[in-house]
Amino acid sequence: MTVRAFEYVRADDVGAAVAMVSADPAAQYLAGGTTQVDLMLKDGILEPERVVDITRLPLRGITADDRTLRVGALTTMEELAADPTVAGRLPFVRAALLAGASTQLRNMATIGGNLLQRTRCRYFRDPTVPDCNKRTPSTGCAAITGAGARMHAILGAGETCIALHASDLCVPLVALDTVVRVRGIEGERRIPLTEFYVLPGDRPDIETVLRHGDLVTGIEIPLPPAATRSGYLKVRDRASYEFALVSVAAALTVQGGTVTEARLGLGGVGTIPWRARAAEQILTGAPATVQTYRAAAEAELRDPFTVPGTAFKPELARRTIVRALAELGGGEA
Amino acid sequence: MSQDPHHPPPDPGTVRLTLSVNGAEHELRLDSRVTLLDALRDELGLYGTKKGCDQGACGACTVLVDDRRVLSCLTLAAQCEGRQVSTIEGLSADGRLHPLQEAFLRHDGFQCGYCTPGQIMSAVALLREGRTGTDDEIREFMSGNICRCGAYPNIVAAIREVAGEGAR
Ligand SMILES: Cc1cc2nc3c(=O)[nH]c(=O)nc-3n(C[C@H](O)[C@H](O)[C@H](O)COP(=O)(O)OP(=O)(O)OC[C@H]3O[C@@H](n4cnc5c(N)ncnc54)[C@H](O)[C@@H]3O)c2cc1C
Ligand code: SF4
Ligand code: FES
Ligand code: FES
Repeated sequence: MTVRAFEYVRADDVGAAVAMVSADPAAQYLAGGTTQVDLMLKDGILEPERVVDITRLPLRGITADDRTLRVGALTTMEELAADPTVAGRLPFVRAALLAGASTQLRNMATIGGNLLQRTRCRYFRDPTVPDCNKRTPSTGCAAITGAGARMHAILGAGETCIALHASDLCVPLVALDTVVRVRGIEGERRIPLTEFYVLPGDRPDIETVLRHGDLVTGIEIPLPPAATRSGYLKVRDRASYEFALVSVAAALTVQGGTVTEARLGLGGVGTIPWRARAAEQILTGAPATVQTYRAAAEAELRDPFTVPGTAFKPELARRTIVRALAELGGGEA
Repeated sequence: MSQDPHHPPPDPGTVRLTLSVNGAEHELRLDSRVTLLDALRDELGLYGTKKGCDQGACGACTVLVDDRRVLSCLTLAAQCEGRQVSTIEGLSADGRLHPLQEAFLRHDGFQCGYCTPGQIMSAVALLREGRTGTDDEIREFMSGNICRCGAYPNIVAAIREVAGEGAR
């Protein structure tokens, strides 16, 4: 085997796991393994000396009250999709989960791991490609200079890195103002998902506000009002088992023909799960018409960063936004 | 944390574990890097589970762990301590094929057969999940199993038959 050997440790206590990984820069967490095993054993991109398996920690399960759904970080994607509150109150979260990966992968993949999945950028995952600012700072970006960009970001992207955050689940979650619960050596903290990710800027290797050893213990999803209609629309190259080219998670409340509340998340386009605040601003208080939806899409896609391989994406994103909103809010196409 | 203090592993790069496969327990000492797929094939000689892409993309390595379908190529063997692993070899009982195996034969649900063990293990779970209401539902929830030979229509027909009247 060419891949570096590692020590396998099975964690049975949250505090001990956090202490162990925090104290050891060469230790990494292992949850469902669908990103971690892939990048360690197959691509050789991650080279931990110690792998701490967290799947037996008591961080699994879902509870709900009137206002909030609380999900343990080790709950699987399939388990969350099967939850009755998710089906009843958060149908677009369920749709986003089931539109992702395959049943086999969803049985393995955890919610914490989904938030922290690494980019699918093929240059990042190919150790024979030397220029990747995310893997090795200040080496350049093969995706921008090469010809193979397609599944790449156009929002939050720039000359240093155009890597996509490919999660489907995070798209409705970011729209809903989900909160991430984190346990570090100094204790627990709660971080809004909208402040959890960091844009590439001049350090594409830094992806979140987490410090090494911080453990995501769960998420809290605020439940939208009963009158809200929501949907998840995913556009991709094949009908199933494929990442999004563009996806839209939208939650709209329309009263008397006017949009009173709008929440919009975009997938397939952002270096981080994208909260479409410019579009939300246009929508809120405006008539629920296709004209409004077009203006909203236009506002969000005003300044995309494209390379030849992603030049098709801004228009695809605009159209997908308009279609998703029209399906929810009506307003004649 | 972790390792049994009475049996400290001699080398931090190895793990000792009891792997329970098709009801039989196996005491193993493995390199920590060994996947469940490689443990099944190289350590236990269970060659029914196939290695296609070895990277989570094709479903040829599908097995059940505690009755849920997973990809054995992205699962570390060490993660399966205390879990029940089921493979294609454990499907037939007393020399009788599982109904899905028979249906795959009857409907020609394969050409080269390389994807077939994964297809069948996935379909076993699909039936249990109750996702066989329509052909579209079968197709959607079998999409993690790729067939290079394109036997899809016959695979769907075989699953539909076993699922019974419900499918259309
Ligand atoms: C073929 C394929 C197709 C896919 N298709 C889709 C898709 O269409 N849509 C989609 O959304 N996703 C898709 N995925 C991605 C998949 O959803 C993620 O890989 C998965 O959610 C990661 O979860 P995991 O539990 O396997 O994490 P792991 O792989 O175990 O871990 C991922 C990373 O997060 C860290 N980590 C994990 N849990 C924690 C925690 N609690 N606290 C701190 N750090 C943690 C690990 O150290 C690692 O760096 C696909 C993956 C594959 C392989
Ligand atoms: S897009 Fe980002 S991850 Fe991909 S090659 Fe460029 S720097 Fe690396
Ligand atoms: S061999 Fe595991 S998914 Fe292809
Ligand atoms: S029968 Fe040949 S790959 Fe499916």
